[in-house]
Amino acid sequence: MGFTRRAAVAVVGVAALLTASACGGSDSDGGTGSKNVEVFTWWADGGEKAGLDGLVGVFGTACAGQTFQNGAVAGGAGANAKSVLASRLQQNDPPDTFQAHAGAELLDYINAGQVEDISADYDGWGLKQAFPAGLIGNLTVDGKIYSVPANIHRANVVWSNKKVLSGAGITADPKDLTEFFAALDKLKAKGVKAPLALGKDWTQLMLFESVLISDLGAEKFTGLWQGKTDWNDASVTKAIADFQRLQTYSNSDRDALDWTDAEKLVMDGKAGYQLMGDWEAADLDAKGFKDYGWFTFPGNGTTFQWLADSFVLPKGAKNPDGTKCWLKTVGSADGQKAFNTKKGSIPARTDANPADYPKYQQSAMADWKSATQVPSCAHGSACSQGWQQAANSALGAFSTNQDAAALQKALAAAAQQYAGK
Amino acid sequence: MRRLRHWGPGLLLLSPSLILLAVFVYGLIAWTTKVSVSDEHNARGSKGFVGLDNYVNLFTNDINDRFLHSLKNLLIFTVVFMAGTMVMGLLWAFLLERGVRGEGFVRTVYLFPMAVSFVASGVVWRWLMNPGTGEDAGGLNAVFGALHLEFLQNTWWTNPNWGMAAMAMPAIWQLSGYVMALFLAGFRGIPQELREAAAMDGASTYRLYRNVIFPQLTPVALSALIIVGHMSMKMFDLIMSVSGAQWLTEVPAVYVWQALLTSDYAKAAAISIILLLLVAMVIVPYLIWTNRTEQRS
Repeated sequence: MGFTRRAAVAVVGVAALLTASACGGSDSDGGTGSKNVEVFTWWADGGEKAGLDGLVGVFGTACAGQTFQNGAVAGGAGANAKSVLASRLQQNDPPDTFQAHAGAELLDYINAGQVEDISADYDGWGLKQAFPAGLIGNLTVDGKIYSVPANIHRANVVWSNKKVLSGAGITADPKDLTEFFAALDKLKAKGVKAPLALGKDWTQLMLFESVLISDLGAEKFTGLWQGKTDWNDASVTKAIADFQRLQTYSNSDRDALDWTDAEKLVMDGKAGYQLMGDWEAADLDAKGFKDYGWFTFPGNGTTFQWLADSFVLPKGAKNPDGTKCWLKTVGSADGQKAFNTKKGSIPARTDANPADYPKYQQSAMADWKSATQVPSCAHGSACSQGWQQAANSALGAFSTNQDAAALQKALAAAAQQYAGK
Repeated sequence: MRRLRHWGPGLLLLSPSLILLAVFVYGLIAWTTKVSVSDEHNARGSKGFVGLDNYVNLFTNDINDRFLHSLKNLLIFTVVFMAGTMVMGLLWAFLLERGVRGEGFVRTVYLFPMAVSFVASGVVWRWLMNPGTGEDAGGLNAVFGALHLEFLQNTWWTNPNWGMAAMAMPAIWQLSGYVMALFLAGFRGIPQELREAAAMDGASTYRLYRNVIFPQLTPVALSALIIVGHMSMKMFDLIMSVSGAQWLTEVPAVYVWQALLTSDYAKAAAISIILLLLVAMVIVPYLIWTNRTEQRS
């Protein structure tokens, strides 16, 4: 008996020593009165890194005395960074600011009490006037705002290969789903095997969301994510049927393709259309493909499905003053210009000068001012990460088993589990 | 006091590893078990004890029957992977045992894939198992096309029913050499006198292998099965690098990772414990068996 007690004491002692030394190691990089601002992102290369560098340049002049510290974690389209972030937040060792998709994805952090309310600063920085009212509404949770968006991307855009389309005698962009199906039929008749290029799960969720917007309209669509529209509704059944029909025009190896692989089908002329967010414009430009056209997904009207990368002020940040200066830079006209001209997105502010941007962005900026704004689940502005994963999983299953009833049931179950949480 | 002097130094010598094991293996298992019976489904933390709800939900109430699907995938993968490595490994070992020129070279060639990480080989096999056919073919399908063997072209891991069998191919490629090495050591461990005795008794080559050599390989075969089997249950890196995390090829280990990414700690812990039990079901009988045979000898 005495032995076991002694052993237990030894175990606890060693464990205490180990934890003490582990904690001691990580405290050296901060301390009060720090002038470092650790900015945690997954922007490690390409246009994203260039955008971040632009933002850092503006930060350097606007916030003299503060030092930018790059906390980027590369890879996994942000998955690696998110898991590192989750463990740091759990250990109460947050970076000074981190990147998160604006909207519902932030809810996880807000509900966990991990980010600060910065609505007061919004007034001070003049952001309430600079951002469109629809965006402010989507950012506000129970009357409070927790993040500053650095950019806006649009999700519901169809990209096309002009040469393939004119080869099939398609001259006008389809205005609704009926016209879209007709155009796809024309391409098929012309020998294009996969008129609509499609990739794996989350890209299928993007396409499905666009179909939902067409069949339900902007208001009912947004209601789906707020618990106001029933997923068992007949209009959702119709959207699933339309989505199923669209899949018949897509490449059969869709579950093996990432969005860039699907994009290559369009560039190679093996597909006529692809639905993708507007980062595709920057990517096509970078790859030197000029002959592309774009239009809003047929039937979406003036709906602008947005997603945004935004920055927050975590609770317990070591340098809150420096972080606020970073957030102010992110929201400022100069900061948004430096970031977005390089990343290929558009500024969230409506007072930016279109002449600074390439052709596609100019048209998107014009739409952003006037359009109806709806969020996206595939990119975390409409739903939490758990919900997003459940939806991706359901669409992955649908892609192989084509069971429309099972898809609707799974989506309704996901809504029941995750809505309002 | 005298007894303490008897086993004290030994205990002292072992204590660092015992303590580390207690904390980092059994302690963490206990902690995971505790999380798995809580309702910690997000970063807000746990409100309390929910018993076996998380386990029951995985089997009866998982959206899209995701967990059952991942178990089915794992079963297909494991069966194909184990059968494939055992057959290939035994075959290679048998051929080498029968005597080939340059055995050392051939052995190295067979063993070499094991030196490659699953991630690296997964990236290559992702390309080899390109599901495109006809003029879009790539990788193996393109090779089949060039050889006019179009009937062999297939969708590989994107097949909803048997895709996981294709997913096992890179794993078989990678571990057959290891199983071969085990079997080869087994063959070499059989005393020459036994073979000679069998020859004296006039046994044919078939009877020699059937009644003398193969029965002696049973322990080796069992070790190989256990090692390959528990590796299969924990398969994660290969699948992530071939297909990424998606429904089609999801196995429990990938599901744990996905659940963790959404801060669903209770669910992730419950799947981990089930995975641990599955591995234990393979390992524990083996441990009992080896313990018994060691006592007997």
